[in-house]
Amino acid sequence: MPRVGLMVTCLNDALFPDTGKAVVTLLRRLGVDVEFPAAQTCCGQPMVNTGYLADAVPLVRNHLEAFDGCDAIIVPSGSCAGSVRHQHGLVAERSGDPGLVRGVENAPPAYELTEYLVDVLGVTDVGAYFPHRVTYHPTCHSLRMLGVGDRPARLLRAVRGLTLLDLPGAAECCGFGGTFAVKNAETSIAMGNDKAHHVRTTGAEVLVAGDNSCLTHIGGLLSRQRSGVRVMHLAEILASTERVVERRDERSADPISIGSATPQNQEAHR
Amino acid sequence: MSGTFLGTPAFPDAAREALEDSQLRRNLAHATGTIRTKRAGVVGEVDEWEQLRLAGEAIKNRVLRHLPDYLEQLERSLTAAGATVHWARDATEANAIVVDIARRHATDEVVKVKSMATQEIELNDALEAAGIHAWETDLAELIVQLGDDLPSHILVPAIHRNRAEIREIFLREMGNAGRAAPDDLTDEPRQLAAAARAHLREKFLRAKVAVSGANFAVAETGTLTVVESEGNGRMCLTLPEVLVSVVGIEKVLPTFQDLDVMLQLLPRSSTGERMNPYTSTWTGVTPGDGPQEVHVVLLDNGRTDVLADPTGRQALRCIRCSACLNVCPVYERTGGHAYGSVYPGPIGAILTPQLRGVGSDPQTDSLPYASSLCGACFEVCPVRIDIPEVLVHLRGEVVEAHQEAARLPSVQDMAMKAASWTLSSAGRTGAAEKAAGLGGKLAAKLGRSAPGGRAVLGALPGPASAWSDSRDIPIPAEESFRSWWKRTDGGRSRTEETAGDRSRTDDTAGDRSRTDDTVGDSSRTDDTSGGRDEA
Amino acid sequence: MSAREAILQKARRALADVPDVEPVLDVAVVRPAPERDRSREEVVDLFAERVADYRAVVERATSSTVVQQVAAALRGREPSAGAGPLRILVPPGFPPEWVPDDVEVVHDGPDVAVSELDRCDGVLSTAAVGIADTGTIVLDHGEGQGRRAATLVPDLHVCMVRADQVVPAVPEAVAALDPVRPHTWISGPSATSDIELDRVEGVHGPRTLHVLIVGS
Repeated sequence: MPRVGLMVTCLNDALFPDTGKAVVTLLRRLGVDVEFPAAQTCCGQPMVNTGYLADAVPLVRNHLEAFDGCDAIIVPSGSCAGSVRHQHGLVAERSGDPGLVRGVENAPPAYELTEYLVDVLGVTDVGAYFPHRVTYHPTCHSLRMLGVGDRPARLLRAVRGLTLLDLPGAAECCGFGGTFAVKNAETSIAMGNDKAHHVRTTGAEVLVAGDNSCLTHIGGLLSRQRSGVRVMHLAEILASTERVVERRDERSADPISIGSATPQNQEAHR
Repeated sequence: MSGTFLGTPAFPDAAREALEDSQLRRNLAHATGTIRTKRAGVVGEVDEWEQLRLAGEAIKNRVLRHLPDYLEQLERSLTAAGATVHWARDATEANAIVVDIARRHATDEVVKVKSMATQEIELNDALEAAGIHAWETDLAELIVQLGDDLPSHILVPAIHRNRAEIREIFLREMGNAGRAAPDDLTDEPRQLAAAARAHLREKFLRAKVAVSGANFAVAETGTLTVVESEGNGRMCLTLPEVLVSVVGIEKVLPTFQDLDVMLQLLPRSSTGERMNPYTSTWTGVTPGDGPQEVHVVLLDNGRTDVLADPTGRQALRCIRCSACLNVCPVYERTGGHAYGSVYPGPIGAILTPQLRGVGSDPQTDSLPYASSLCGACFEVCPVRIDIPEVLVHLRGEVVEAHQEAARLPSVQDMAMKAASWTLSSAGRTGAAEKAAGLGGKLAAKLGRSAPGGRAVLGALPGPASAWSDSRDIPIPAEESFRSWWKRTDGGRSRTEETAGDRSRTDDTAGDRSRTDDTVGDSSRTDDTSGGRDEA
Repeated sequence: MSAREAILQKARRALADVPDVEPVLDVAVVRPAPERDRSREEVVDLFAERVADYRAVVERATSSTVVQQVAAALRGREPSAGAGPLRILVPPGFPPEWVPDDVEVVHDGPDVAVSELDRCDGVLSTAAVGIADTGTIVLDHGEGQGRRAATLVPDLHVCMVRADQVVPAVPEAVAALDPVRPHTWISGPSATSDIELDRVEGVHGPRTLHVLIVGS
């Protein structure tokens, strides 16, 4: 049995634990007994992208130690998966520590969630049910750094009840960009407002993406604009099933229903 | 042009001004949108585009990694073909060479082909100072020059101007510089182009000296190439008696055949055409045809500094197509002036700091941060410059330069150190999350909930305002994922799950009538026992 | 130290990390394989189609119909002199049988002043190469093509390209050219995209490009 480690990411850990829980639910449903190596923290991307490559070195080391012994790492974030795959090498090289360079080279492969589902598990229909109008924002790092391509769309199209609406200008950056969102706040917001506008023109109830960082930014704008559109991580939609229409106490105890989705079921419940 | 980029504020401030100009935003969105569509169309019809990009990258890498040899070969080839080769370490030397040649021919004017290198060295100012008028003949350059403006795009320096503004400039200024625009000039692009044709023709026909750049310089043969659209380049390259070309040392190609790859990559990436209307090549002096005195000024001006950085040197592969500008979401919103350099946009954000050096000027140092690192630039770059990689690399250089220069660490330095310390240990991270969770519990009472039930905070004062002026902030989860995993054994021990976790589902995603009621989330935060796993 | 020495020395120092091997061994360049599955006719058809895409006028011709087609191309144009026959610039080596009778011929040469070129209503020329993929005509300014200014200053350019001069793509064209000669690559009439990135034909070069593809 291969050992599969969930790299939940620091952002999801502290701000969006439901996303992590949804990944666990989803993977267990697909027969993957995912581990959560408790020593994990952050991939170091915030430091690297701000120019503090030396300060990212302890985090890269920590990542290597935390996931040592895993055969694969699953990351519910295109950005953090990209950081592990493309930036750890840069950090290691600049550190001048050949041991760290070797460590990064031999680290377990890091898969963004949809890559793992489609490429490793070979599934696109994950048995999800989500009867809503949804539009998908392909985050830059998923789209261009990792090249996840149409994997998320294939997964979404296989979700029963879900209507996938095309997002105009989908490939364009939402303006989050980590430190950019604060260092160049006005430009970031101008980009985000255009993205939010496109989202609203689709008539979708839910904006979905594979990165909660971008969703925090777009969602923050949508929420401030009282748009009524909610944002959800892709994992939470893929974890949703029809089973949540069962009794509420059962539902609450059932890891499958963990995830923030399925509003229609409450209506049915009421 | 008499304008200067000196004194441009740091990018965030310059961008703020640009963002307030709604006309500019409209002009840019329209123009970049048009060119993006055209480029995508003509690139899409080349099956082997990726292979071509790889070939383009390889050709330029070959040159850069062996530049001294190729420069010497280029010099020999040019000399053998009857051209005179000059070398210039910097702008001052290059300008002096051009001024000297113009003076020897006792002329008080030169006609110019659009050239980034001559903009970079501010040749026009140097010529003006020597009493020599430099007439820009590219339509966009003419608009910029007549408008006493600054270029804002590599390919289309007047991209920030719309047709109505251009008409105004032509009506007002053409008469002061030569043949006036007709009184009944409309803002129809065809008419504006005709006015430029009439205005410039007398200058082409009488000029003795022309100044150009070059898109490519072939080491093997000494062939120079200018890629253009309007024919102003051909006018300058063939009608005057004397031609001076200022060529950055990175413009070298090894062989004549290498033009094949470049002439496929450049037009499709640049103007979104299968081929640009005119490409001229010339190899020294051709008896009986064109200028009989040909000079080439090989310009360093910081390029060897860029070459010395193995990560940053890929910026020298740039063939100035400007595809990266046209796809850049930051450039589209701020325009080129905010970058404070003749090289705006993503390529400017990596080239300018390298040419000028980092650590001495806040404006320059702000450029590597003028990007969300979205990667669209790399995707379209015909010579595969990994601009995001170089941006991140240069951010590192900026931080290092500041740390070396300053005796005390900056607030950002300390914040990063602290974050690094906290985040390099799961124990410390967990403790910090608990503290944040407690803060979140308090904050949740102040906040409201976003669709989906998530508690969010609105506008906040102080340093958080940069985020929260326009964006709600999600409140930290009361129980982190790591605490949940520990408490519930990764969700396996169901009995420990509290009912409160699910109460948030009482809220509805699809209900658009719902705005800021707080049912779902506040109840959730109150019910959940987040502190249970305290070890 | 001279600027030359300083620049070369600095560049050498900057490249200390690069191994001292032949450039071609250090970096391999792999070009896309040329496409070979198009027939001659397809290549020439594509050329015609792509030239026309630039809003140039394109016609097929045979050596015996060229002269009528040139005459037709000139018909209806106003002489810039106001009256009299059109003044048409003809480069040395241009087939005389392709020049219509009812024009005033100006024979091009190094001694013809630029202002004289500017008084010509049009220019006739042959070409060196045609490129199908991009709809490009390449002049190498040899026989029949004139010096570079000849096909630039007049407002109309009628260009004869032999069908057997048309190559499929850019690499074949570059390979066919002699680097020592000057070249002008022409893809449609002069144009600009400088106003709102909208393409407008006709700035400084000939505003009308009329291409005759001669032979099959």
